[in-house]
Amino acid sequence: MGGTEAIILTIITASTPLLLAAIGELVTERSGVLNLGVEGMMVMGAVCGFGAAYTTGSPYLGILAGIAGGMFMAFMFAVMTQTLATNQVATGLALTLLGLGLSGLIGESFVGLPGAKLEQISIPFLSTIPFIGPILFGQDILVYISIALVFATTYVLFKTRVGLIIRSVGDNHNSAHALGYNVIAVRYACILFGGACSGLSGAYLSLAYTPQWIENMTAGRGWIALALVVFSTWLPKRLAIGAYLFGAVWIMGLYVQAQGFGIPSQFLSSLPYLVTIIALVIISGNKTLTRVNTPACIGQTFVPDR
Amino acid sequence: MGKNISIRGGTAASADYLLEARGITKMYGDLAANNDVTLKIAPGEIHALLGENGAGKSTLVKIIYGSIQPTDGELYWLGEKVHIANPAAARNLGVGMVFQHFSLFEALNVAENIALALPKDIDIEDLSEKISEVSQEYGLPLEPTALVADLSVGERQRIEIVRCLLQEPRLLIMDEPTAVLTPQEADQLFLTLERLASEGCAVLYISHRLDEVKRLCHDATILRMGKVVGHVDPQQETAASLARLMVGADVHAINANREYNPGETLLKLNALCQDADGPFGVSLLDINLDVKAGEVVAIAGVAGNGQSELFDAISGERVSSSTSTIRIDGRDSGLDNITTRRKNGAGFVPEERLGHGAVPGLSLSENIVLTRHSDDDGLSKSGFLDRESAVAINERITRDYDVRKGKPDPEARSLSGGNLQKFVVGRELDRKPKVLVINQPTWGVDAGAAALIRQAMIDLALSGSAVLVISQDLDEIFEIADRIAVISRGQLSDAYASNELSLEKIGLLMAGEHEKKTTVQDEKVSA
Repeated sequence: MGGTEAIILTIITASTPLLLAAIGELVTERSGVLNLGVEGMMVMGAVCGFGAAYTTGSPYLGILAGIAGGMFMAFMFAVMTQTLATNQVATGLALTLLGLGLSGLIGESFVGLPGAKLEQISIPFLSTIPFIGPILFGQDILVYISIALVFATTYVLFKTRVGLIIRSVGDNHNSAHALGYNVIAVRYACILFGGACSGLSGAYLSLAYTPQWIENMTAGRGWIALALVVFSTWLPKRLAIGAYLFGAVWIMGLYVQAQGFGIPSQFLSSLPYLVTIIALVIISGNKTLTRVNTPACIGQTFVPDR
Repeated sequence: MGKNISIRGGTAASADYLLEARGITKMYGDLAANNDVTLKIAPGEIHALLGENGAGKSTLVKIIYGSIQPTDGELYWLGEKVHIANPAAARNLGVGMVFQHFSLFEALNVAENIALALPKDIDIEDLSEKISEVSQEYGLPLEPTALVADLSVGERQRIEIVRCLLQEPRLLIMDEPTAVLTPQEADQLFLTLERLASEGCAVLYISHRLDEVKRLCHDATILRMGKVVGHVDPQQETAASLARLMVGADVHAINANREYNPGETLLKLNALCQDADGPFGVSLLDINLDVKAGEVVAIAGVAGNGQSELFDAISGERVSSSTSTIRIDGRDSGLDNITTRRKNGAGFVPEERLGHGAVPGLSLSENIVLTRHSDDDGLSKSGFLDRESAVAINERITRDYDVRKGKPDPEARSLSGGNLQKFVVGRELDRKPKVLVINQPTWGVDAGAAALIRQAMIDLALSGSAVLVISQDLDEIFEIADRIAVISRGQLSDAYASNELSLEKIGLLMAGEHEKKTTVQDEKVSA
């Protein structure tokens, strides 16, 4: 395995959790809901995933448990913001704090234990192609899922009626309500989808990235995912570019640091943020496109007039 | 005038009627928005629903459309009792609705907007063809792939109408449809509605433009304070008698008879240009206008042709590029901010009363402080607020301008639209500004309140101020203005004396007759 190949494999591993969490938040925000609790949902996914995989020995059960953990947190968020009409920003921040604390409590007995690692799925023959093989056809299932989700969400959002309804609810919830759509139900579904994706992302961290449980192991990735959604102007394909660009610059920074070129490490660790922001600002330069893709109702509480 | 009034009701439901609402009551707390309302609509009939703001028209219509549920009462469809649980159920029966504040999605295109209101199994490609068909058949031109955000208000209304027509409605509800249209567009709409009625579709037409109702409608139900107060044949009534029924008293006729004797120029716009603010804005192009002391000048035009941009430029919400473009009472003000312009004697009333003209969550007295903190009233003394004075001013404004409110000093958002409009206008008029600029002074305001606001503007001009009114309501403009200019795509026509300007001429100006034909972009294209 050559050096370049190793670097590319690491980049994929670093980018996948960002992409998974961000794609879920993208769908949530498209329906007009701003859920700042991504970090909290992720870390709950990580601890639930690790716990289930450790207890049962099956990383696949771990994945399911991770999804459930994320969705449980998202459900709380949905009840608060949709049914009880609380402020989305405050509730989202609270969700992050709750997730970080709760996961620490649940995971206390897991600290330092060896986890069950998610194995790579090698597609026969294809994965033996030199260089391209291991990169494209020798990844674990969550990497494939993350890529599939990018295409699936693009298709659903822009080619199907379900997607049209989600976008309409995010653009103008009063109009959607007047036409007879159940705004709250659509948002519940989108919040839960976001929670599932965040949980999946957390599970990826504790099952594939570093197969163990460490407190606060998400380390701010939820916030990066949130920022990526905005900078991608709510378009899944741009989001994938952003996530991979971020992962790539991040890993390259670590690599450069290890080589000891004398570049200050602070600069290197801030580089991914800088590069990603600049790149996404450049590609989102078309103002009309940005206006059309920004969910106009984002963060606004909807209370139907009954 | 009571001879034509008869309140029908109490008979058995009959299949002669398409829709019958009986004893509809809707309570919001102790307030009855609808109180035992009865309404009968026959197929092929254009039925007017009249009433002032807060009379309960919207509540009744929302109940028929299934958006809200009545506290009490029953609906019958073709003689059968029905429960309309939600708008989808209403659409299944054959009820279509064109909303006053459109239920459109700006970020979606025309076809997508229409698809959202249609049954699930619609293919967008087929739909585009159907849209073109229907829109041609009824003379409502629409481009299926156009983005709603790029369309004018008239075009947006066409989307709503086509959306209803595609559902083959048997009852079409129209909420204040002509409020936003040019005279020509309104005429076209009446033709469409008459054609629909001749095909057997019933129309429930909500309006407070009484001459339209007289011209178009076969039957009228009049609401006041949530109750039916009359059921009349509009052809047999005069506009004045209808207004009397709506208001419950004689509407104060506007006294505009006065000598036109303007004084010195108090507001001067001098070659004002401004680039568009964002992709959906309008740029202003070489705008020149003088408003003199003692006159009311009105700017007519279809919504979205630069009215709000012009207002923002004059009020100082967007500061101009050079100081000489705007001259207020002899002072070059193009670079001044809003407060400086106010101190110099100008008053501004923006179009959107809630959120722009007033902060929804603040009380009325606090809203007064927001625009008048730098006045001589001393509402703000070295950074501290004088609440007592603000409350006193609030008392004066709400008394003088008949603002009806539940508490002495309620939150702005708790007022009904018409009452809040009276407050926002009254707040500026109370200062007796030398220059008043007012955008859409009576938008969505009932006849009584509109008359009060218009009279107040005329009185202000009589007392020697310059008044500039931006409005889309031509009746209003002809009622109050001494001179009229028309804005179209960011260009302002000359100002004509209002008695020299015909409706036809105004329509042509609205369509852009005065625009300079070669703009910079055209030159680029031809080069």
